[in-house]
Parts: sequence; C-alpha cells; structure tokens
Amino acid sequence: MKKNGVTGFLYSWKVAPYVFVLPFILSFSIFWLYPLVSAFRMSMQNILPGNVTFIGLENFSRLFRDRTFYTAIGNSFLYMALTIVLLIPFPLFFAVLLDSHYVKAKGPIKAMLYLPALTSVVVSGIIFRLGFSEMAGSAANHVIAFFGHAPIRWLSMKGTTFFALLLICCWRWTGVNMLYFISGLNSISPELYEAAEIDGVSKAQKLFYITIPMLKPTITYVVTISIYGGLAMFLESYMLMNNNGGPRNIALTIVGYLYRRGIERNQLGYGNAVGIVLLLIALTINTIQLATSGTLKQNRSST
Amino acid sequence: MKKKMLRALTVLFGLSLVMSGCAKRAEPVGTTAESGGAVSTVGPDSGTKLTFWTFADIHARFYAEMLEQWNREHPDKQLQITFTVYPYTDMHNKMTMAIQTGQGAPDLCDIEISLYPNYLKGNVALFEMNRYVNPYLSEVVRARLDVYGKDGKYYGIPTHVGATVMYYNTRLLESAGIDYKTIRTWDDFAAAGRKLRDATGGKAMMTAVDTGGTDWMWLAMAEHGEDYTDVNGRAVIKQPSIVKMLTLQKQWLDEGIAMISPGDHLDNENGYQAVGSDMIAAFPKAMWYMSRFLDHFPEDKGVWAIAPCPVFTPGQPRSVGIGGTGTVVSLQSKAPDLAAEYLCWTKLSYTGNVKIWEVLGFDTVNTSIWSDPKITTDTSNKYIAYFKSNPFDTLNAIKNEIGIIKVGEINPAINEQFNTNILVGVLQDGEDIRMALDNAQSEIDLEQ
Repeated sequence: MKKNGVTGFLYSWKVAPYVFVLPFILSFSIFWLYPLVSAFRMSMQNILPGNVTFIGLENFSRLFRDRTFYTAIGNSFLYMALTIVLLIPFPLFFAVLLDSHYVKAKGPIKAMLYLPALTSVVVSGIIFRLGFSEMAGSAANHVIAFFGHAPIRWLSMKGTTFFALLLICCWRWTGVNMLYFISGLNSISPELYEAAEIDGVSKAQKLFYITIPMLKPTITYVVTISIYGGLAMFLESYMLMNNNGGPRNIALTIVGYLYRRGIERNQLGYGNAVGIVLLLIALTINTIQLATSGTLKQNRSST
Repeated sequence: MKKKMLRALTVLFGLSLVMSGCAKRAEPVGTTAESGGAVSTVGPDSGTKLTFWTFADIHARFYAEMLEQWNREHPDKQLQITFTVYPYTDMHNKMTMAIQTGQGAPDLCDIEISLYPNYLKGNVALFEMNRYVNPYLSEVVRARLDVYGKDGKYYGIPTHVGATVMYYNTRLLESAGIDYKTIRTWDDFAAAGRKLRDATGGKAMMTAVDTGGTDWMWLAMAEHGEDYTDVNGRAVIKQPSIVKMLTLQKQWLDEGIAMISPGDHLDNENGYQAVGSDMIAAFPKAMWYMSRFLDHFPEDKGVWAIAPCPVFTPGQPRSVGIGGTGTVVSLQSKAPDLAAEYLCWTKLSYTGNVKIWEVLGFDTVNTSIWSDPKITTDTSNKYIAYFKSNPFDTLNAIKNEIGIIKVGEINPAINEQFNTNILVGVLQDGEDIRMALDNAQSEIDLEQ
C-alpha cells in the first residue's frame, strides 16, 4: 500500500476513530471540562479586576454561615419538589387520555398544549408579572374579585408567588412532558394489552399493571430532567419578580443567588462557590434517584 | 357579577393572544443582557469615534445635545459618539463583566451611585480625570465629586446634587383644608394626615412608605446627622434615626394615614399610578423626580408643590442628597483624554449645567445656576412652569442643609438587607424593628 501522508493518516485504522470523536472531545473539553475545572479553581479565589488571590476554602466557610443561601436552597428544593408532584401525574394523565379513543382532534390539542414551550421565558414572565400585579385591575385580582375577595399583593407573599411560579412552569412544560409520555406509550407493545384482555382484566388494572410499569424508563427520564430543571430554575423567577429574589427573597433560587453574588455584586469567587454547591447537590440527588429507580444497574447489565 | 367574570375572561383571553403573538416573534423584550438597547449615533463620521452606555433614555438625549454643541465649539476635537441605552440592571452587569474580563467596555459609561462601589474594587479599571476636573473644581459641590473618587482621584463625574424635597399634592390637601406650608415637623405631617383621612373617608393617604428603597432612611439619618457606615466603612445599621423613622412609619400605617408604596417604591409604573391618581398627598423624593411628573402627569400642572422636608425636631437639617450617576471613562478606551475632556465640559461647565437643568430638571452640581435670576425666574422653563412653588426657592432655602450619606463597598450589602428583608419585614409583615435590624446586621457582618 502506497503511503501518502494525509490520506494514509486518515485511512489508518488507529487514527480514524479519534478523528471521528474529535469534535465531541473538543466541545466537551472547551464547553464542559474547562468551565468545570475553572469553576473549582475560582471558587477558592477572591476575584477583583486585576487582583486575584487564593483564599482556600474561605468562600465555602462563609457560604455555610450565609442564611440567604439556605433560603435560596430551600426555595429551589420546594420548587423542584412541587414541579415533580405536578408535572409527572398530570402530563401522564393527559398522555393516557390522548392515547385513548375518548379524545377527538388529538393533533390540535397536542399542539395547543405544546405551544407555550415555544414562547420565550422573558416574554411570558413579563406577561405573568402583569397578570399577577398588585393593582386592582390585574387579571389575577379580577379573578379573585369574582369570588368576592379584595385585591392582594400576589408577588410579595411566598404562597401566592409560588403559585404564580408553578403556574408558569405547568403552563410551559405540561405539553412537553406529555409528548415524552405519549412516545413512551406508543412503544408499549399492543400484544400486552391483547393478552391482558383475553385474561379479562379491567381498564384500571391495564393502566396500573401494564401502562405505568412499561412507562418506567420514560418516567425516570422525566423525573431526572425535572430535578435538574427545578434546581436550576432562575429566569422564570427573575422575570416574574422583575428583580432577583423579590421581597424577603421569597423567590430567590440557588442560581439566582449565584447570579446575585457573581454578577450583581461582582464577587465571582463567592458566586462560583455557590455554583459548586449546586453541582454537588444536583449530582447527589440525581445519583440517589437513579440508583433507587434501578436505572444505573440496568445500564450495567445491558452493556 | 357576570360582567366581572366576563371581564376577567376577556383579560385572560387577551393575555393568551399576546403570548401566542410573542411566541412567533420569539424575540425577548429588552430586559435580557443579549438584547440590544436603543442605539443612536451623533456627530460627524470624521470625528473620533466613542461609545457611551447609559441606562436612562433622557440621559442619552442630554449627552447628544451637548455633543452637538461641543462639536460646534471644538472644530479641532470633533467627536462621534454612539449612545446605547440598556435597562438599568443589564447595563451595570454588562459593565461589570466588561471590566472583569478586560474587554468590551464602552469608552464612557453612566454608573448609578448605589452600584458604583462595585467598580472601585481591586485595581480600578477607570480613567482618572483630575486634570479635566480641576478647572471646574471651584464652581461645583465638591462632595459630589468625592463620592465618585478614591484616594483623591476622581473617576466619575456627577450629574446632580439630588437634594431631597417634599412633593405635596395641593389639590388633594386643599380639598381637606390643609396648607402644606404649615407642615414643619413629622408630627405636623401626621396631624395633616389624620385630617386628610377624616375628610376623604380614608380614601386618600397622606403618604406612601417604601418597602423597596431607602430614601426615607437616608432622610432620617441626615436629619439626625447619623450615617450607617463609619469613617472606616464599617456598617452599623441600628441607628437611632432609623429606629425612629421605622417606628413612625409603622404608626402611620396602623393609623391608616399611609400606605405601602405600590411597586415597593414610587419610581416605577405602579408607583406613578398611585402618585397620579390622588391616592397619596405627599412624599419625599430627590429633585430629579420632577421630570417624572412632566413625563407621566403633564395634565396636573399647578397641582404639585415643592417644599423642604419635615423634621423630627425643629432646627434639624431638612434634606439629604439621594441618588446620582457617576459617568466614567474606561481604561479600555482608545481616546480616554478626549472622552474625559468632553465629559467634564458636558457635566461640570456652566453651559453644561444650564442644559442639565433645562433638559433633565436636576439640581445641578454647579451651584452658580441656583442663584442666577436669568434661570431661576424663567417662567418659560417647563419645570418652573409646572410646579406650584418655584423649585429654586426650596433649593436655596435648604442649600446648606443637604446631608450626605457615605456610599462605600459595604453599601450594596446594606441596600440588599433593607430592600429585601428589613423594610418588608417591619412595614408589611409586622416584624419587630430592633430584631429585624439585628438579624440584618448579622448578615452584613459576614461581609465585613
């Protein structure tokens, strides 16, 4: 075989695989590995323009005494938990409905439920903010006025603020999660249902003993992304409150606190420490969740 | 009942229409850092090209007018400046990042005073302008320059003094038989409030107290000659004046003569609505708030009057300087000297200050304007024409009583505690004043 420099190199069995994975390696190192490493490094620094000093774990020790940080963690956890409680059962229910023969015009309904996911969070956040304004003329105050209630300051109390945040979340993500579940439903073999029908099971039994168990991989996936999504929420709260956190930090999230310290207060080192803690929290929860749902084991046996 | 339901449904339907309409455009409104602000370029193509960021439309308008005059008067130093107006928070965050990373900063930038200390940390990345400030030093309020300096170096040029005054809605007050000129102390103020409440059946409030701004606290401190940071920049927020002011405000709220400012303070859309709809009769704000009246309620000409603020005990100083914008020249600029020369001429010279008064309605740092009868008695001026009392009468009366609250590196942390925890806690949620201040102090101590 003639050895021509470039082609010989490219056709080599040893080199070619590396050429093919190179784009991934590059993007992985530039956009993932490098930021991760530098976040760890910066979390141990005090960073001022032109004046960076190594301070060890001081940022972390301050962080663990910082009550606002615990408020942020509490809010993010509450939001995550509530979104999972709302955004698994309801989309699942809609998916099962849409998969059955009870519903007509499935296409338009799917499209309508999916549409909000395409809107910009910035725009929807502003619209929801106007809707939940404290003035008597706002949409939310009109609705409660119908039930004879006086106008309330929606976005200065924790309960009502979370109601608005969850409403945005459900409005945006119900359609998306529903599509995941519909595709999960489509992959369940009809023979299972046929066999069950021959054995004379009821509709409820079909749902609880065939549909839901067969949907487990989909549910695991949706829970995993919801955990991360819930913990990483920031923009919705930022836009809804029109500032980072709102009065008494009722809507301050972990990422919001990272932004406040790192960018707004120009304490990049401290901000990075917040980010590292968020990473550890999300990793821990996701690992526990994947381990308990058996996903980690399954992967190992299948390879 | 049915009608109301219908209205709510219409509103919701309207909202959904708006939302789906926006979805198609998928373009964020100008509040994200990525979206471009309003851009305008002024000056000849042959001039030195500079960039200028600001967060207020009206500032850009003023700088542009001054630029045209500069180019007329300085044929050898022609400038072409591109002005970009960003939303407040975004502009400051962008500037922080530009300075942090050492690239992307504009030549000139407006920085609001409460965030200004962030930019003086570490090795200051701003251009020292002493050479260009010195010619004007004898004519201007030097304390305002010091605010934006460090170690005797001037990095930022002020726009105004920001003297706080009381704005009174005379239409509302006269309907209840109250003469605003007789109000001298906070006791008088509260008495007038009770009279107003009884006359209007509780519909109109004497004032609105802020849960998202520290103006009232600053006023209280200045009246008592206190400050929540000491000479070394350490914060001690439980000042007697602050406890007194919060106690007073709580009393007013309990008595039904004050409300909590809609939108948490009065310098936003919700706040303007309250000011413009006869909901409140009086409030303290700096002189720069005058332009808000002309922008938002031009029809209320002759309704509002300006007067010195009430005090706790007669004889106390009646004002405090609040707010401000320090305009800086970045060290990243390719023509910092030219930028600084234009900037100082624009904001410190007599000509520039006349324009600041005429366009922006600010109490200028060049105080020779205040006593120039050509200006103070010019009834064709839109600000003098709008208000029932001449703003300069008040300004000259309190000229030597305008207190200064120091703004240092710890102030952003103090502001955060007041605006997110203390004020809402005390005024809205009925928390104990001393406990709220102590809790906040322990948070601030983590940073000092």
